[in-house]
Amino acid sequence: MSRLFFHCEHRYPGGFRLDAAFELEEGVTALFGPSGCGKSTILAIIAGVLRPERGMVRLGDRVLIDTSRGIDVPPEKRRVGIVFQDHLLFPHLSVEGNLRFGLKRGASRAIDLGRVVDVLELHGMLHRSPQTLSGGERQRVALGRALLRGPELLLMDEPLAALDAKLKDQILRYLAQSFVEWRVPTLFVSHDPADTRRIASRIIVMDAGRVERIEEPMSRETGLPGTGKTAEEG
Amino acid sequence: MTEAGPAPYVVLSILGLLSTEEWQAVSLSVIVAVTAVASSLPFGIALGWLMARRDFPGKSVLETAINLPLVLPPVVTGYLLLVVLGRKGWLGGFLERWLDVRIVFTWKAAALASAVMAFPLMVRAIRLAFSAVDPRLELAARTLGAGPVDTFFSVSLPLARHGVLAGALLAFGRSMGEFGATIMVAGNIPGETRTIPLQIYGALESPGGMERAAMLVVVAILVSVGALATGEALERRGRAKLAAKR
Repeated sequence: MSRLFFHCEHRYPGGFRLDAAFELEEGVTALFGPSGCGKSTILAIIAGVLRPERGMVRLGDRVLIDTSRGIDVPPEKRRVGIVFQDHLLFPHLSVEGNLRFGLKRGASRAIDLGRVVDVLELHGMLHRSPQTLSGGERQRVALGRALLRGPELLLMDEPLAALDAKLKDQILRYLAQSFVEWRVPTLFVSHDPADTRRIASRIIVMDAGRVERIEEPMSRETGLPGTGKTAEEG
Repeated sequence: MTEAGPAPYVVLSILGLLSTEEWQAVSLSVIVAVTAVASSLPFGIALGWLMARRDFPGKSVLETAINLPLVLPPVVTGYLLLVVLGRKGWLGGFLERWLDVRIVFTWKAAALASAVMAFPLMVRAIRLAFSAVDPRLELAARTLGAGPVDTFFSVSLPLARHGVLAGALLAFGRSMGEFGATIMVAGNIPGETRTIPLQIYGALESPGGMERAAMLVVVAILVSVGALATGEALERRGRAKLAAKR
């Protein structure tokens, strides 16, 4: 059984229509395509923050949403971690408070706070307020916070967008270390072909709300081979 | 109120220039305003959140109902409260028959009148505060395992706390000044329902009233400034706590 099965349709008031289907195995997969092709919509549907008009999402043996059977698991029960593009750290909590947020609410698999702090090098900033962090630091805290929830699937929205080359290299290193350390199946969104090839072991190429094709390069950074296949070639 | 004994008022009147009766009016005003704010705050928070975050049928009707005391003459609001809470009113009659509780012409009625009159201001400030919280932070909390109620108490409410405090202070200030609805539903009983505004109004009718009223005006200003300063101090403490994390 595949790790994630996704087949959903969703229409926006403006007329844009998403109709995409794919399956994921372990490893790191990229959703690649131009802006507005429906990548972020797919993440929102999987995380449970957007309800599709029609479709089904299954994670492992759990159905997260199935509109035909009226199943819609609320986001807090999905065990899907998400790192938002603008991080969305809680401004009223310290970095440590942010990291512990998901941990306190019953992480579904044991990921050690100390180890996350080590791997993502968060030592010096635990007692600081998120507002005082740089973009790269916030990115690491957001990743740590999502990981500490112990997700069965990690979603990342444009993790490398808006970073300069040096910072991009640094974040890539942290991402790669996290993938190797915790092996959380990851789906990330990107519109940059170079970034996509650097992280992903599998690439789902999208255009205008549909899956165009699936590519399977070997990732140089993470070295995790992919085995994805598409359920419906666009 | 009177059962509390006149001792504190005697002490206070020796300390200052106010008579025992005037001190009673001052302390009664503060008790009425604090009770009004404390008892209406949970409803203010709930409605402020509801109006900021949810769309539902009848929302505009509810909004009109909340804001009604803002546009109605206070005496009219007082009359309506009297109709509902009086001995023959549906709620007043019920409370008196089954719980042996009388509301009208007690300090509780003064607190209730103040709460109703101040409620629109409170809800408005709290609603604005919840509207200013990025709803995506709430979504982020949900994906981290927090249910809707947990998300409200751990993310939405802490982020809206400045507006909640502002709403509570506005309501306190409005309660301190409440006159029209209070005199309708609570009367003007010394030591029981005679708050500062009623005391000032009464003072003007007696010889040398302007001077007595002036004293109370000064006290009213001091209490209101004290409330604002307390709010400021709480705010500063909150900011200092946050800054300490940096």
